[in-house]
Amino acid sequence: MPATLPVTLSDFYYILPELVLTAGSLLILIADVLLPRGSRKLLWVTVAVLVATLVSLLPFRGVNIEIAQGLIAVDAFAFFFKVVFLLAALLTVLMSARYLEIEGASPGEYYFLVVCATLGMMIMAGGVDLITSFIGLETMAVSFYILAGFIKPNQRSNEAAVKYFLLGAFSLGILLYGMSILYGLSGSTNMRVMARAFAGQERNLLLVLAVILVVAGMAFKIAAVPFHMWAPDVYEGAPTPITAFLSVGSKAASFAMLLRIFMVAVPSMNADWRVLFEVLAIVTMTVGNLAALTQTNLKRMLAYSSIAHAGYLLIGVVAYTPRGISAMLIYLLIYTFMQIGAFAIVIMMRRRDVVGDDLKDLSGLHFRHPFAAFAMLLFMLSLGGIPPTAGFMGKFWLFSAAIEAGYVWLAVIGVLNSAISLYYYIRIVVFMYLKKETTGSEPTTSPALAFTLAVAVIATIALGVYPRLLFEAAERSARSLTIGGTSAAIR
Amino acid sequence: MNYLSLILFTPLAGALILLFVNKQNENAIRWIANVVAFVGFAISVPLWFWVSPQTPGYQLVERLPWIPSVGADYFLGVDGFSTLLILLTTMMGFIAILSSWTAITERVKEYYIFLLILQTGMLGAFMALDFLLFFLFWEVMLVPMYFLIGIWGSANRLYSAIKFFLYTLVGSVVMLLGILAVYFQTPATATSPHSFDVTLMQQMNLPVDLQWWVFLAFFLGFAIKVPMFPFHTWLPDAHTDAPTAGSVILAAVLLKMGTYGFIRFSLPILPDATRTFVPFIVLLSIIGIVYGALVALAQKDWKRLVAYSSVSHMAMVMLGMFALNPVGITGSIVQQLNHGISTGALFLLVGVVYERRHTREISEYGGLSKVMPVYAAVFLVMTMSSIGLPALNGFIGEFLILQGVFVASKLWAAFAASGVVLGAAYMLYLYQRTMFGKIENVKNERLLDLSVREFATFAPLLVLAVWIGLYPKPILDRLQTPVARVITRVSPQYAQGAAADAPAARPPVAAVSPQAAEPR
Repeated sequence: MPATLPVTLSDFYYILPELVLTAGSLLILIADVLLPRGSRKLLWVTVAVLVATLVSLLPFRGVNIEIAQGLIAVDAFAFFFKVVFLLAALLTVLMSARYLEIEGASPGEYYFLVVCATLGMMIMAGGVDLITSFIGLETMAVSFYILAGFIKPNQRSNEAAVKYFLLGAFSLGILLYGMSILYGLSGSTNMRVMARAFAGQERNLLLVLAVILVVAGMAFKIAAVPFHMWAPDVYEGAPTPITAFLSVGSKAASFAMLLRIFMVAVPSMNADWRVLFEVLAIVTMTVGNLAALTQTNLKRMLAYSSIAHAGYLLIGVVAYTPRGISAMLIYLLIYTFMQIGAFAIVIMMRRRDVVGDDLKDLSGLHFRHPFAAFAMLLFMLSLGGIPPTAGFMGKFWLFSAAIEAGYVWLAVIGVLNSAISLYYYIRIVVFMYLKKETTGSEPTTSPALAFTLAVAVIATIALGVYPRLLFEAAERSARSLTIGGTSAAIR
Repeated sequence: MNYLSLILFTPLAGALILLFVNKQNENAIRWIANVVAFVGFAISVPLWFWVSPQTPGYQLVERLPWIPSVGADYFLGVDGFSTLLILLTTMMGFIAILSSWTAITERVKEYYIFLLILQTGMLGAFMALDFLLFFLFWEVMLVPMYFLIGIWGSANRLYSAIKFFLYTLVGSVVMLLGILAVYFQTPATATSPHSFDVTLMQQMNLPVDLQWWVFLAFFLGFAIKVPMFPFHTWLPDAHTDAPTAGSVILAAVLLKMGTYGFIRFSLPILPDATRTFVPFIVLLSIIGIVYGALVALAQKDWKRLVAYSSVSHMAMVMLGMFALNPVGITGSIVQQLNHGISTGALFLLVGVVYERRHTREISEYGGLSKVMPVYAAVFLVMTMSSIGLPALNGFIGEFLILQGVFVASKLWAAFAASGVVLGAAYMLYLYQRTMFGKIENVKNERLLDLSVREFATFAPLLVLAVWIGLYPKPILDRLQTPVARVITRVSPQYAQGAAADAPAARPPVAAVSPQAAEPR
């Protein structure tokens, strides 16, 4: 490699959204100091930062280039994911304010860390160099370690943070080890260079080992079985909005990175990693759903359900087709809305004296708060994949990708799993609609939380009834991942 | 022209209106729901006149791009077959809503909202000519029905509701995979590499081994809905625990989804596999006919008895269909309507006494004809219609089915005939136990006869039963081209003669003098 400066001035233009977000995160810290304690204005500063980033992202719609000598890509694929992250962050922030007040946590660092995590995710989505991706991953992960333990007086929250940190560090080690072998074998950390180097190479044991290690490292991040052990505990212990953000944003970002690595860097090894992911997909959705069946804690149930959803998503990786990738993108966006919506309901049930995350707390919710019950019904049906909710469109397209690629059995296991999953989703509905005793707490709401819910509800219905634009955007983005370099090997 | 959309979305619009009515205002809610349902029925009546029996292909077609990149359209259209089922749906929907006036006293608002949403789901499934759209409507029906059973049902409602839900769901998700398998065989359209256009799929010749798998996938979805033995176990539970209106809709319309699916999708899209699977389906149907009837004979619960009679009758419908000849399929469709009318009425009848006595035990009743003469008369007509007595609707359907099955195999026909005999046995036995004899239970002495509103729910069914029984020609005329289209695909050997020799040409005679319609 020549020792020239790898970055030109024009490259900075292309990372404008990231720069805006970075500046915004500092602004939040400053505002935290300047604003009077307990001021709600901080929420609006954060919202403004995220919206500004979203706006600064708009010029890059349709741009498809790699900048800084192949360190980071600004393409439709990254664009799609960045929109997902920013939406997830926005909704998370909006539903956090009241929760933080109840928990008595200081909002300044909280918002700062949420924004930092979002920044990490955006870098992960754009990274076409292992170094960039890893930096993004670390930025996100470290922010989440702190956020998981943010409720300091709460033991559960502390436990979650420590667990997440220890296991996370361990898995990052594995991932790094795999990456270092890849670097050693190809002589570069750039994914496209790597792909060219591996294209002619024979399949050797070291390469297989590297692939296995990277698969394991990424499987931890997306909470695929058997690397899922941390998820239920962390999801249960972490502050609820963070659980939502973790299960949506972190998962989406990890899938973005996973797709980049496997589709761009090591497509030549696809026969090997597809087998690995196939097994992971089957085990993940089955174990996730079966474990969720017996849960009585809402957050834990949603954690296992989120594990199962990672299993469904892996189907798209296994399919290894443009349709598979676009189906994953569609699913991830839809999943963002329904998952965050479901957690918003859990937050509504939280009061100073009641945790509100037990299934029983939802008992008779329909009689206390018909709209909340209806919204939850919608999210549950959507997570279960019942039309006309958005979840159906996502699942249907994932399974279609599996069938197109010839993985009929994978699709069969997938649909049977979604039938199993409905059992526990419907159980929540039973509590809300069919039980009359209203033992739980009164749901409380704030305008921001209500807004989050409304957005989630509207999106869940609208994307289920008229998903046309989403499908088209996802297809464009999936195509941008597969053009150029050796990844054209994808069918 | 958006006539079909108008019919389709009227109930949904009604449900939306109801959302904004104060839930305390129960009578207003009842009135709105009844008016909407009646309007929904009234605006669907012109279908009878506007859908021309002669025109081949689908009519009143509406097509708008829905998800172009996927090849899915908002594509509606009807033929004679779906027209009849749509009319049955709008009529039974109105009757079900009318019958609930006094039966439902709690959570009234939600009740009618769910019924109306259900109505739109059913209508959509009968109208959709896009497979994805069909599946969407097909699944939409699950949730309202789940709530109808789960909230307003009787003792075991939670169990029955979830059983209904999961059973149907498993069948339909597997069916979805079958749909996708066919989808990937379709040729490219202008906007997408494949298409969900059903009319296109009905003209494709799929590889035989693929057909085989897809048939099994469709079979699971449709057979659970019909329900065919051995997938019928959800039905007695769901029927028994559902509120009256739920049972009526379930029996009269929802079960028809399954048979509609077979005739509309399985047979024409997968003709080779259909022929291969005839022995298998016939075996299950024959078991269903005999088993359903025998179990019905042993029931102590009035509603459960009617539920098992449904299993038997629907198996008969399947048997007629899989005779795979014009007469058999025509009979199968006619019998679907008849089953909707007579079993719908039978469930309404149970509902009437259940509302008065709150028990379904047959032994609790007896001698009701003394205190409820009008009720007993209506019950008698519907019993006869269910048994298949000549001059009533049931006879036409069973006769055509037997005729079709006889052509296919005399052995099958023998079993089918045994079903008719057993049907007479359990229905007459039920009638005798509940209506005749002395009133032995004091509680039955002061039972009120049918009110005007209650009688109004039966009136259209009585008229139809007699009309179809005496003059089925208009209905058979409408079935001619749809049946011919299916036959061309699945039994080409009948196709030439079908136009000239279809049962429709003769049935008015057939109805009165059976020998005129002897099998060729």
